[in-house]
Amino acid sequence: MAAAKEIRTKIASIKSTQKITGAMQMVAASKMRKAQDRMAASKPYSEKMLQVISHLARATPEYRHSFMAVERPHKRVGYIVVSSDKGLCGGLNSNLFRRLVVDIKEKRAVGTEPAFCTIGSKALGFFKRFGGDVKAQVTNLGDKPHIEDLIGPVKVMLDAFEAKELDAIYVASNEFVNTMTQRPMIRQLVPIVGEEQSAMPYHWDYIYEPDARTVLDALLTRYIESLVYQAVVENGACEQASRMVAMKSASDNAGDLISELQLVYNKARQAAITQEISEIVSGAAAV
Amino acid sequence: MAMTIHVDIVSAEGAIHSGQATMVYATAELGEVGIAPRHTAFISRLKPGDVRVENEQGEQEHFYVSGGMLEVQPHVVTVLADTAIRARDLDEAAALDAKRRAEEALAGHTAQFEYAKAQAELAEAIAQLRAIEKLRKMKG
Repeated sequence: MAAAKEIRTKIASIKSTQKITGAMQMVAASKMRKAQDRMAASKPYSEKMLQVISHLARATPEYRHSFMAVERPHKRVGYIVVSSDKGLCGGLNSNLFRRLVVDIKEKRAVGTEPAFCTIGSKALGFFKRFGGDVKAQVTNLGDKPHIEDLIGPVKVMLDAFEAKELDAIYVASNEFVNTMTQRPMIRQLVPIVGEEQSAMPYHWDYIYEPDARTVLDALLTRYIESLVYQAVVENGACEQASRMVAMKSASDNAGDLISELQLVYNKARQAAITQEISEIVSGAAAV
Repeated sequence: MAMTIHVDIVSAEGAIHSGQATMVYATAELGEVGIAPRHTAFISRLKPGDVRVENEQGEQEHFYVSGGMLEVQPHVVTVLADTAIRARDLDEAAALDAKRRAEEALAGHTAQFEYAKAQAELAEAIAQLRAIEKLRKMKG
């Protein structure tokens, strides 16, 4: 009966693991919904800002902020790498890092050196192992990231850009496609792309207080911060979705394992009973 | 019906207020401004302080913003708030605490950088206190 007892303990331990993964799955599902709400809530701010910025850029063509300047040849580029703080979320972080490594190799092949800013402890841990010039980092943002926590690290990168130490800054994060799919993405942050230069239908301009430059400078920094914030929030939604899926498959696998072990246990128990009966019968026959 | 202007107060972390107003007051960089419907296009930085929105019933709603941008078009006012939370929710104790800490930091400042930071903190704490006092007066 020794084998049967071992199997029984094993089943019990897998059952308790299954309970944990099941609970984590449900927690991740509810956190994912909240993270998606936050994603939606951050959109109007940056959209509105982009509107104002593109208007200002058109209204004051003689002033080009360095963030909107034409691209210069890339000698050094910066990456803001957004990752999760916790593990157990499937291949989310490792997929992103793999994508990043491919990108860095391509850049190095043409003589461009990368520098990094990490958000989340997984990215920090990765660069500790992988090596790399990490200029700034922030960890433990929690489920509700705040823009205040991001201002510092983003400023480090923007300052480096303005001092011409970096020629471009990218954000590496996961894009939330749907619950089942998260796609690692590397997007260019500065110089700002995607600002269309269509002619204004009729000319009008703001009254500026104190003047256009000050307003534009303040807007641009905030706009970039909000883009990074969005990437962080989106990555948070990805983390929860990915964790939910990973925990679901872990629970399913535990279920399969339990039913297989149950079968083995039943067989072992039956074998023990059969053996006992045959021993009794042969004992009785001997008497 | 009175003329109204649409007001949106948004921060990076979410929308705070959206609705019609007959008048909007805000603390712009060069002084307090009042925005009536059909105001000309205007853009300014905001100082820490409260944004008041007067609706058609003549009621005023207060929103504390710790800085941001104010954008005005004839039919829309947009406040791009840095961090805006409902003025009622402001914790007076926290503001006092921040003020005390800022003052302590001012007293024993060592570097230029810390001095500037402390001064900014002090300005914000004072603005928060003022917003709370105004609310108190209205209620009491």
